[in-house]
Amino acid sequence: MLANIKQSKPAAYAGMAIFAVVLAVLPFVMGATLGNTWVRNLDLAMLYIMLALGLNIVVGYAGLLDLGYIAFYAVGAYVYALLNSPHLVPMLSGTGFEWLLHMPLLVVLPLAALLAGIFGVLLGSPTLKLRGDYLAIVTLGFGEIVRLFMNNLDRPINITNGPQGVNLIEPVSLFGHKFSQAITVFGIEFRSVHLYYYLFLALALLIIVVSIRLQSSRIGRAWVAIREDEIAAQAMGINTRNVKLLAFAMGASFGGVSGAMFASFQGFVSPESFILMESIVVLAMVVLGGMGHIPGVILGAVLLFLTPEVLRDVVNPLQDKLIGERLVNPENLRMLLFGIALIFVMLVRPEGLWPSKQRKAEFHEDDDLKAKDAEKEAAHG
Amino acid sequence: MDIFIQQLINGLVVGSIYALIALGYTMVYGILQLINFAHGEIVMMGAMITISAVSILSGSGVNLPGPLLVVAGLLVSIPITMLLGFTIERVAYRPLRKAPRLAPLITAIGISIVLQQVAVLIWKNNPRSFPDLLPHASHDFMGAVITDLQILIVVLALVVMGGLLIMVEKTKLGRAMRAVSMNQSVASLMGVNINYVISMTFVIGSALGAVAGVMVGANYGLAYPTMGFMIGLKAFTAAVLGGIGNLAGAVAGGLLLGIIESVGAGYLGPITGGVLGSHYQDIFAFMVLILVLVFRPSGLLGERVAERA
Repeated sequence: MLANIKQSKPAAYAGMAIFAVVLAVLPFVMGATLGNTWVRNLDLAMLYIMLALGLNIVVGYAGLLDLGYIAFYAVGAYVYALLNSPHLVPMLSGTGFEWLLHMPLLVVLPLAALLAGIFGVLLGSPTLKLRGDYLAIVTLGFGEIVRLFMNNLDRPINITNGPQGVNLIEPVSLFGHKFSQAITVFGIEFRSVHLYYYLFLALALLIIVVSIRLQSSRIGRAWVAIREDEIAAQAMGINTRNVKLLAFAMGASFGGVSGAMFASFQGFVSPESFILMESIVVLAMVVLGGMGHIPGVILGAVLLFLTPEVLRDVVNPLQDKLIGERLVNPENLRMLLFGIALIFVMLVRPEGLWPSKQRKAEFHEDDDLKAKDAEKEAAHG
Repeated sequence: MDIFIQQLINGLVVGSIYALIALGYTMVYGILQLINFAHGEIVMMGAMITISAVSILSGSGVNLPGPLLVVAGLLVSIPITMLLGFTIERVAYRPLRKAPRLAPLITAIGISIVLQQVAVLIWKNNPRSFPDLLPHASHDFMGAVITDLQILIVVLALVVMGGLLIMVEKTKLGRAMRAVSMNQSVASLMGVNINYVISMTFVIGSALGAVAGVMVGANYGLAYPTMGFMIGLKAFTAAVLGGIGNLAGAVAGGLLLGIIESVGAGYLGPITGGVLGSHYQDIFAFMVLILVLVFRPSGLLGERVAERA
């Protein structure tokens, strides 16, 4: 994308302008053609893009396989939920900590990012020496521990409200306007889902910009160096410990932001939303899209989130028509196809659907050689 | 005191099941350096198929004593899980043997999801109760209670594990397996058929998994399509605890984890004055896993492996 801009500025700017307009009107087009559920889905897709880009920093850039990533999403979500719902009010009232509740978004969001980042360091520091599969398993265990604590911290002091989760979470309010109410500007009615769409879009764009800037920065190059060869990276003078911890913290804070937004959007959080399968789904987004390549990761997130939603809309009517009864639960089919897709893409395109050029080349290093060998065989054959 | 012995017995029973499953993980890891995520699902399949086979058999009027009926069910489920294990390796792991290590891990997760969802399709997402066919008279043992079923599980697990150890140490196939796990290319130069050995590893591991699945079902009295994940994860923890790739380590790790979990959960409530209860049981496995990996990544019996470039 950047290369294009250098080549022909006017065309690139025009393209970007068109893209911006498309993004701006997308929710209205979707709403008009497919109904409001699809605007909602669009909002959720934005959250997944943020999540996938966060995990991309850990897995894609630094090459640290994290199977418990959803824990950071959970931390962000619970931070927002607890500080913006009536749940903690009785506990905090009269303790001098009431100021914690109902802080403005511009305070809560960085706070969620910060706390998630701290959790990231917490996970990262004992696992610095582990790599590959072991790291995957420890992160998986970490994710489960976070979930189990959220599930069980309703006694002796009720902090997380256990399996019932926290509800009555207040929606985002920005510039004195609550997102739960529609707003009319220039005769166009912006409903809650639309407002959230623009907020999420802005945050997603922010995360994309940060990701792009990080990629070519000194830190980003240090991450890639560690991914390629940790010992060599260390020999080149990279402080691998700090740089790895930074990757964990950075990725986690993106997850935290996304989680906080999820809580405000849903108005309800429970440990159910943060199961291992969610971590796997996000990882699959990164890997299927193309690890370390931002457009690829975004593509992966959109594809993997929206395809199942399409299935949900298609499977039941199709079954009603064809067999007359509902044999297959769409959720079941969705997961089944998801598993098959994971296997299939890994077998056919292990570099992902839209990899960076460099990565693609790495995966097909010996293709030229093979082709030459085949030619020779044919010539002698 | 009798509470302690009771928890010890329960832990031993659960632990011997973990050990049996852990063997499946550790065998594959020893040879391919791959976490076979789908192994937990194989265990689940073993349990579900056995239950179905038993209910079909007893429904069609076959009049056998209970334990024999379970054996008949196992005779159905073991070949199927063996075939599953064989197919999984062929489809999802073999084409990726030279790929970066993330790739087979992802296909393993994919296989695991597929198996789980197929099971949900077949059996619906409800727990099935395990038919009440095995003897479970209880005996008094040093103030604690031990049932026939528990004795049966521990003895059977020990017999199967002993058989596996003898197989690996004494037979030609076992020697080939050890050779492949040490160095694949040299083993193949010595005339070992690598692909055959790897396939057999999966087949044997899956058979052990099916037996373990039936034990899980019998011990808890039920089985369900999503049970594979948690049990698989704990068994993997056991394998890591003992030193992954090491068969004796897997057995030791399994027994130890079962006991830690059971005794720990039993005493957590009284020790913390009811603050933390037995509902934290599942956290134990993960805590143990993380502590072991951080302080002794090679496990209890594992040797320190040199860093691979």
